[in-house]
Amino acid sequence: MPTLVKRLLAALVIVLLLIAMNSYMSEAGLFGFGVPPYYARVIMLAGINIILAVSLNLITGFTGQFSIGHAGFMAVGAYSSAYLTVYYAQAWERSLGGMVGGSLAHALIFLLAILVGAIVAAVAGLIVGIPSLRLRGDYLAIVTLGFAEIIRIVILNIDKVGGATGFTVPGYTNFLWVGAFAVITIVIVYNIVHSDVGRALVSIREDELAAEAMGINTTHYKVLAFVISSALAGMAGVLFGHYTSFLSTNDFQFIRSFEIIIMIVLGGMGSLTGSVFGAIVITIMPELLRQLPGDLSRYRLVVYSALLILIMLTRPQGILGTREFGLSWLKRARRRPEGDKPVGTGGVPIAEQEPPSAIDRAKEVKNQ
Amino acid sequence: MDTFVQQLINGLTIGAIYALIALGYTMVYGILRLINFAHGDIYMVGAFVGYFLAFQLGFATGPSLVGLTVVLIGSMIAAALVGMAIERFAYRPIRKYARMTTLITAIGVSLLIENLFVARLGAAPRAFPQLLREQSYTLFGNAAISKSQILIFAVSIALMILLQWVIFKTKVGTAMRAVSFNLNSAKLMGINTDFIISFTFALGSALAAAGGVLTAQYNPQIDPLMGIITGLKAFVAAVLGGIGNVPGAVLGGLLIGIAETFVVGYGQNVGVPTTFRDAVAFAILILVLLFRPTGLLGSTVQEKV
Amino acid sequence: MLKLDNVSVNYGAIEALTGISMHVEQGEVVTLIGANGAGKTTTLRTITGLLQPRAGSITFEGEEIGGKPTHKLVARGISMSPEGRGVFANLSVRENLRMGAYLRKNKGEIAEDMDHAFQMFPRLKEREAQKAGTLSGGEQQMLAIGRALMSQPRLLLLDEPSLGLAPLVVHTIFEAIDEIRGKGTTILLVEQNAHAALGHSDRAYVLETGRIVMEGPSKDLAADPRIKEAYLGE
Repeated sequence: MPTLVKRLLAALVIVLLLIAMNSYMSEAGLFGFGVPPYYARVIMLAGINIILAVSLNLITGFTGQFSIGHAGFMAVGAYSSAYLTVYYAQAWERSLGGMVGGSLAHALIFLLAILVGAIVAAVAGLIVGIPSLRLRGDYLAIVTLGFAEIIRIVILNIDKVGGATGFTVPGYTNFLWVGAFAVITIVIVYNIVHSDVGRALVSIREDELAAEAMGINTTHYKVLAFVISSALAGMAGVLFGHYTSFLSTNDFQFIRSFEIIIMIVLGGMGSLTGSVFGAIVITIMPELLRQLPGDLSRYRLVVYSALLILIMLTRPQGILGTREFGLSWLKRARRRPEGDKPVGTGGVPIAEQEPPSAIDRAKEVKNQ
Repeated sequence: MDTFVQQLINGLTIGAIYALIALGYTMVYGILRLINFAHGDIYMVGAFVGYFLAFQLGFATGPSLVGLTVVLIGSMIAAALVGMAIERFAYRPIRKYARMTTLITAIGVSLLIENLFVARLGAAPRAFPQLLREQSYTLFGNAAISKSQILIFAVSIALMILLQWVIFKTKVGTAMRAVSFNLNSAKLMGINTDFIISFTFALGSALAAAGGVLTAQYNPQIDPLMGIITGLKAFVAAVLGGIGNVPGAVLGGLLIGIAETFVVGYGQNVGVPTTFRDAVAFAILILVLLFRPTGLLGSTVQEKV
Repeated sequence: MLKLDNVSVNYGAIEALTGISMHVEQGEVVTLIGANGAGKTTTLRTITGLLQPRAGSITFEGEEIGGKPTHKLVARGISMSPEGRGVFANLSVRENLRMGAYLRKNKGEIAEDMDHAFQMFPRLKEREAQKAGTLSGGEQQMLAIGRALMSQPRLLLLDEPSLGLAPLVVHTIFEAIDEIRGKGTTILLVEQNAHAALGHSDRAYVLETGRIVMEGPSKDLAADPRIKEAYLGE
């Protein structure tokens, strides 16, 4: 029971913190203090990017299935929910508001929009995932990229959602929504990773054939992870669209998918805290580079890409590798100076994983 | 019928350019298993080097065959050097690391080149000087072929034959094939594999640069971001043909070029909007991979052990 | 000619070779026997520069070669037929042999050596234009040995040349090894087939879990009761 109490307390603290942060970040501010709009925007985008990175990490980092199509599912979520809020929300809000009060009705309808975005994105994930996940490695990557581009071009041709001119969307998203769903995403993915399903996913990443030989239905688990990952990306898309209040298919080009991959690789694939960290760094880095003096600020994106290459050259396994950052981290790090254990997809030198340790094989022979 | 022939000619023109770029993707992938995302930007660099060469050497004033030749070869050499530099400084240090790391580095290099060009030259398109006196020849009926299209066909066919000769008839080409099959065995032959990899980047980059200059003769608008979509489609062409397979890259490029032109030309008759031009390459790719997971000409047996 | 002094090699955190010392003299055939995974292949890969030693020194004809790139070692006269044969399946038999002579310039001499290879293994001549991937296992092994000879090595390393081959083919391969030795090429032979290896070599080393546990003239080792029990199955 105490763990349940602990968890409830933790949830309560998080909720209170989010509410406080939310008013702190609103225009009115908290006790007269507020966050300047520019910073508020960066924080909001960082929160949305956390959802995207953590959800992609589930399929790419933990399951080892290389997807470059995350922006496509984000777009599906954004546009499907926006269709709802633009064409139906006002009428529903009026009729529902009479029953439960205005602000609750508003919240319920946005919650519905988020659910719709997630579900439609999940369906898209299922349709894309079932045929694609039979492919492996680079082929899977290019096919997911292809699907995402097709999704984008199809949306571009739907006049009901603005087509090429863009789609104006009500600005429902505030920090409370972003913060809450970022926490929910992390909790969902954390729980999956630490369940039997998670262990199946990791075994697929480590060696798909072996996993299959052990009786794991790899297709089932890969599709499952892909669908969940897509649903969460769709959710991020809903929040994104209703934050920027304007949707353009240009926001969902493959470069956006790349950006999310960069976040998880930078943070360390197979590390949840790494994804959070990577999302924050990738959101803030270009903004910080705006501060470069004078003429140099023109080169901020050049510096940004150069930094990216530099990080990869100096820390190829990502900043956290496969570790998780937490209170026990320092202790554990001291106990295990070797640091990261070799993980196939994690960015560890191939040379290290190549030979099935000669010694072990020798021991096997001797033991027989 | 006339329009069909016309569409075919136009499709093959674009397809030939895709093929030239796809060759670089496929060769580098064959040898390193690396998707060199910066390759599309090399095509752009090639076009810009050609642009500046034309102005610096005084060929921008009017059409000249000498000018065209100098600009074409000059930009191919420059792009080869850029490609080798990228391999040496960005890819070689991380070659032994996992796929993801090399992939992100490749994306980083691509962004670096694009952002550097935008920062230096601005994102606005520039008009590439006309080095060829444009003229159109009527074939039969109303179908016509322009001089720049003939140029594209002639040069790309010549370059592809040359490439085929290098890969299959020369010692360095045989070494390229050996390295792509088994890196360690190749080292044991005394092959300096670093040199072979560098040479592969040089070859692929030169071909992409040729594509850049040739495109600029056909459609004289160049800008620092022109390599993104074209490069992506060329990569799709390489995968479609069977990545690592040289004739496959050519076949994939031509198929995608023709399919795109047909979508624009005939799509509306069957309710497909012209904006689907950019989606058709992916649609074909997905369909092909679902039925032939290694591409059209890719070997069905996994060669790499 | 070749001297390993206290060489250690690691795969990541795992030590694969622990301070092994051995030497091969000009004109000798030396064999390295041991169980699967004892470190035999690791030893050869370290000598040829495919793996870097963590400690110790490797000298070839008096010069330190530890950690030098493989292609430079080939130029100095070391050649290897790798484990699993490593033929280029996508290249023809002739092209494979041609790659073996990659560092040589004289076309006439190369053609002569190719003829020698074909004389040694007439089966290869018949399949000259075929892709190496279409050859049988035995033919691929012949090709790997023929290819390794194309660089005119002074030291030839053979990694498990008899692995997975039918007894008749094994016999052909060992006949070829005798022939190569007869021409004065020094050979370091790694084998699991201890019986054949000891019968065709001058001296032998026994490797167990990364350490050399026994060494001596092959005849003596073949008569040693411990070797008989552990490796000759008697």
